[in-house]
Amino acid sequence: MKKLLLSLVTVLLVAVACGEDEGASVVGGDPAGTTVTLMTHDSFAISGSVWEAFTAETGVTVQLLQVGDAGTMVSEAILTKDAPIADVVFGVDNTFLQRGLDADIFAPYESRNLDVVFDHLKLDDNNRVTPISFGDVCINYWIDALPGTVAPATLEDLTDARYASQLVVQSPETSSPGLAFLLATISGTDDWEQYWADLVANDVSITAGWEDAYYGEFIAGGGDRSIVVSYASSPPAEVIFADPPIDTAPTGVLLDSCFRQIEFAGILAGTDNPAGAAALIDFMLTNTFQEDVPLNMFVFPASQSAGLPPEFVEHTTVPVEPHIMDPAEIEANRDRWVDRWVEIVLG
Amino acid sequence: MRTRERIGVGDALMLLPALFIGLFFLFPVGTVLWRGLGGEGLDAVFDLAKSPRQRDVLWFTFWQAAVSTALTVAVALPAAATVGGLSDRARRFVRSLVTVPFVLPTVVVAGAFDELFFATGLDTGDFRLRHTVWAILIAHVFFNYAVVVRVVGTACAGLDGRQAEAARVLGATRWQAWRAVTLPRLRPAIASASAIVFLFSFTSFGAVLILGGPKRATLETEIYRYAVSRTDLTRAAALAVVQLVAVLALVAVSTWLERRRPATTRMARPTRTLGSRPGRWLNVGMATALLGAPLAVLIERSFSTGTGYGLSHYQALGTRVRQLPAPATTALWNSLHYAALATVLAVLIGVVASVVVVHGRSGSRRLFDLGLTLPLGTSAVTIGFGILIALDEPPVDFRTRWWIIPVAHALVGVPFVVRTMVPLLRSIDPSIREAAAVLGASPSRVRREIDLMIGARGALVGGGFAFAVSLGEFGATSFLPRRPEDLTAPVALFRLLSTPGDLLRGQAMALAVVLMVFVTVSVFVIESSRGTAEGSL
Amino acid sequence: MLRVDALTVRFGDVTAVDDVSLELAAGERLAVLGSSGCGKSTLLRAIAGLEAGDGTVSVDGADLTHTAPDRRPIGLMFQDHALFPHRTVEQNVAFGLRMAGKKESARTRRVREMLALVGLEGFGEREIATLSGGEAQRVALARALAPAPKVLLLDEPLGSLDRYLRERLIDELPDVLGATGTAAIHVTHDHDEAFAIGDRLAVMHAGKVLQVGSPGEVWAAPTSITVARVLGHTNEIIDGVTKVVWRADAMTIDPSGPHQAMVDRVHFRGVDHDVRLRTHDGRMLRFLLDDPPAAGNDVRFSIDPARVLRFD
Repeated sequence: MKKLLLSLVTVLLVAVACGEDEGASVVGGDPAGTTVTLMTHDSFAISGSVWEAFTAETGVTVQLLQVGDAGTMVSEAILTKDAPIADVVFGVDNTFLQRGLDADIFAPYESRNLDVVFDHLKLDDNNRVTPISFGDVCINYWIDALPGTVAPATLEDLTDARYASQLVVQSPETSSPGLAFLLATISGTDDWEQYWADLVANDVSITAGWEDAYYGEFIAGGGDRSIVVSYASSPPAEVIFADPPIDTAPTGVLLDSCFRQIEFAGILAGTDNPAGAAALIDFMLTNTFQEDVPLNMFVFPASQSAGLPPEFVEHTTVPVEPHIMDPAEIEANRDRWVDRWVEIVLG
Repeated sequence: MRTRERIGVGDALMLLPALFIGLFFLFPVGTVLWRGLGGEGLDAVFDLAKSPRQRDVLWFTFWQAAVSTALTVAVALPAAATVGGLSDRARRFVRSLVTVPFVLPTVVVAGAFDELFFATGLDTGDFRLRHTVWAILIAHVFFNYAVVVRVVGTACAGLDGRQAEAARVLGATRWQAWRAVTLPRLRPAIASASAIVFLFSFTSFGAVLILGGPKRATLETEIYRYAVSRTDLTRAAALAVVQLVAVLALVAVSTWLERRRPATTRMARPTRTLGSRPGRWLNVGMATALLGAPLAVLIERSFSTGTGYGLSHYQALGTRVRQLPAPATTALWNSLHYAALATVLAVLIGVVASVVVVHGRSGSRRLFDLGLTLPLGTSAVTIGFGILIALDEPPVDFRTRWWIIPVAHALVGVPFVVRTMVPLLRSIDPSIREAAAVLGASPSRVRREIDLMIGARGALVGGGFAFAVSLGEFGATSFLPRRPEDLTAPVALFRLLSTPGDLLRGQAMALAVVLMVFVTVSVFVIESSRGTAEGSL
Repeated sequence: MLRVDALTVRFGDVTAVDDVSLELAAGERLAVLGSSGCGKSTLLRAIAGLEAGDGTVSVDGADLTHTAPDRRPIGLMFQDHALFPHRTVEQNVAFGLRMAGKKESARTRRVREMLALVGLEGFGEREIATLSGGEAQRVALARALAPAPKVLLLDEPLGSLDRYLRERLIDELPDVLGATGTAAIHVTHDHDEAFAIGDRLAVMHAGKVLQVGSPGEVWAAPTSITVARVLGHTNEIIDGVTKVVWRADAMTIDPSGPHQAMVDRVHFRGVDHDVRLRTHDGRMLRFLLDDPPAAGNDVRFSIDPARVLRFD
């Protein structure tokens, strides 16, 4: 018994002692042979072949670190800015961007591939962050389940009695798409507070997160509501992951409701491998990377030259004029807006 | 024993749990609180008291935890009392089964409950449980049922049945005898179990968020809100302080309740269980049905593919789905791996700590008890953020190591081991220890031969919990940086449920079922290794 | 060989053992007789080192007063045997040998020896929970003797046994102890047991040892009324300073006897009757008779003066 204990403890200590190698890092100059650590959230996914291409091209190895959701990631990046755990961070979106900028966690870098990016996505003139992908949070509806099979066409339509008890929305306090939709309504209606009061009168259902809305209350998960806040990329996802396979998407998108979420990457100030970090940012704007993004993360490439997978082309439309809001404005008013929303909707 | 205790290896071992909790819990949490409260200090905490919303939140947190605990104990106690009457194998199987809920993420459970209510017509019109307090309470009972059944059940089996028999002979009915004689003697174990259930309910996150809906807020969800959604570390830290104080008070109360001298186990004749044979089976059957129904729903869903029932979702687990950085099977393997490590750690540390709590000098005893249970009642956000900012410099630069995750799991596992072992140890007849001493065993030898041997049963039960909790742990794991290949099963599950599509959903169900099977088998194995001396539960 | 000097044990205000001094020679058996609460258990526990007190305890000249119980060459057999419930009979008996570091082969041999000695051959693999009271006591005895202590302390070892078993063990104990040559202090409240078991007898009351001597000596000449009471002289008359006691069997029915009393109650004891008499002045006396008169009747009786003890 004593021997067993001793050997267990020894094994533990040895396992602990054999930590992983940090990898050599370089300050300026050729980053080949170094490792770059990329900090991102749990929804990040990129094919292994893409990383291999990066290493083949630059000699730099990428080490990924995944941390919770986007909000957690930003909070932790800010918390650790004096001793960053990574060189590059990816996944800061426009709703959290100002926070990161205010906390001064980024080292500015103008990527040499920046010109391929859609202009309207470049929210920071100082290039502290680089746009990599974007998505749209939009109202989705289950086509066959709509009352009278007439799809809502505008935000205002959702307050129509025809769609009573059909809408399920996530709370902006706890959900990123929920917040995006709120911002869309603030941007897209004349009196957003009245709008929400009308939605409440129309029996809108509120959930805490995307999962319990989409898979809980929405038809897709066996619920009884036919309209939900989700993503422009949700219909293609339904097709791609359908079981049994289907030809047309069961859901449609309300373009008038879409709010653009842009995801940025940035070099963390204090990195000891700026050259490697820069190489990574540059790579993230190449077609190799950009074209791998849609089917992995169900967002759209920021690069104009990147092509979209056929399922995306066929089953969804990229909104031409989504609602967009200045990150500084979001940051300045978010808390106040959310608190007011809580009063109106949950109070 | 009145003779002076000699300093031995035992005293040095005391450092182990102290070091563990100090380095991986006290230091990180202290750092977060320091950083958060830094500028305003305790004013931030007092500000909270001024806000009516925060007062409501605090009250609700307490209230739902207290009611959850009372409900769980009420529902699980009869089962705990009667499970002892089953055959060995049946008993162990049932016990392993009831541990499954620990492993299931709330999202999955919520979905299963939903479907269950719908299928049984409980989900119609006005009578919707979704987003009601009742949904939260039922979920808490579901999750924590195992704690009461196992902790109290273990104690029950160790009681001498003769006292209850004496009461029967004096004219008491089975029920009266149980209530008047056996129940009071179970008080320490019930207090122990209740403390754990209360702490879990107090810091419950998923159940409150998903099942309670956006209107319900507890301290835990508030801490998350402020720390993550608003990056307001000051507010979050202030809330964390309140949480810690509440937990401290709680643990103090429960250890006081536990300390009531329990009946001694001499040459115990195991307590004859309550109820007749068919009654026992009915009781256990009902309980298993209550727990099993949602699980059955999951199992059914995992097999239902677009083309009827089949294994395709299970087969898909081995392939690399784009959404996951590693195949689901890798995530499963990681989780098992981490759980094993976390359990070994938790048992090692927990056993040493338990002996200190029971035998140590009175000062260190209370400190240990308190300190070791605190992690159970601390927000995962606090622990995760704390580790991130505290363990950032050599020689303690551990925050990005893979093993920090099982360590975080062990933090939660240790209290389980301690709380199941301590009542057991306290119930050992002192004359047994004296007999050992007179036969030549030094004090540390006595502890090894008597306390550890007898308490091992409790350690294994606690270890079983630690294993299950680790397998299903999502909170702390998601707040700590993780390499993609270190993906754990609960995180994988969550990922699969974050994208639309029946395929992914089906895979998530399959993954959940596999997790369930793993926990049942593993807990079964862990506890079989002890043997079944004296009809042990 | 064992020497206890001025041993005093206090629990708060209560003095459980009051200035007790004893000596025990090698191989000797000392019975300590006293009623419940007289401190005899505490005395044993103090000698074993489980209670702290003033005074000294020494074995073979070595002062053990500050030595921990696990280092004293003293064994203790508990009232409720205190067997280790999580171990088998064999593991229980072998425990002390294991603590002493004996090798496995030596242990196995000794365990078998001990089990045979107490008449429990083949019981090695039994679980403790399956043993009867008598079996458990024997295992406890075997366990206490296995490490060959110089002194064995027995704390009311036969208390929980039925009469038949008790008498059997009273018979066998001296043989077992003699075979191992162990000196023993045997504590009991039963005087028959005390007389049968000991080479010497010590009578204890309220923490003090009142009289020590051979059983015959003590029996014939108790030095105080308290000792007499402990020895079973339950009938007494106290007249000022003069105290007179006698045993129930010192009385006989005598129609011409000098004393008279009324029969209050009669208990059938099989071998005879236990008769309770009430005297005119309300005193209760105890009588043992084969053929008693019925309750309510008056009887005349006489008391054998040779068997009356008188203390002034």
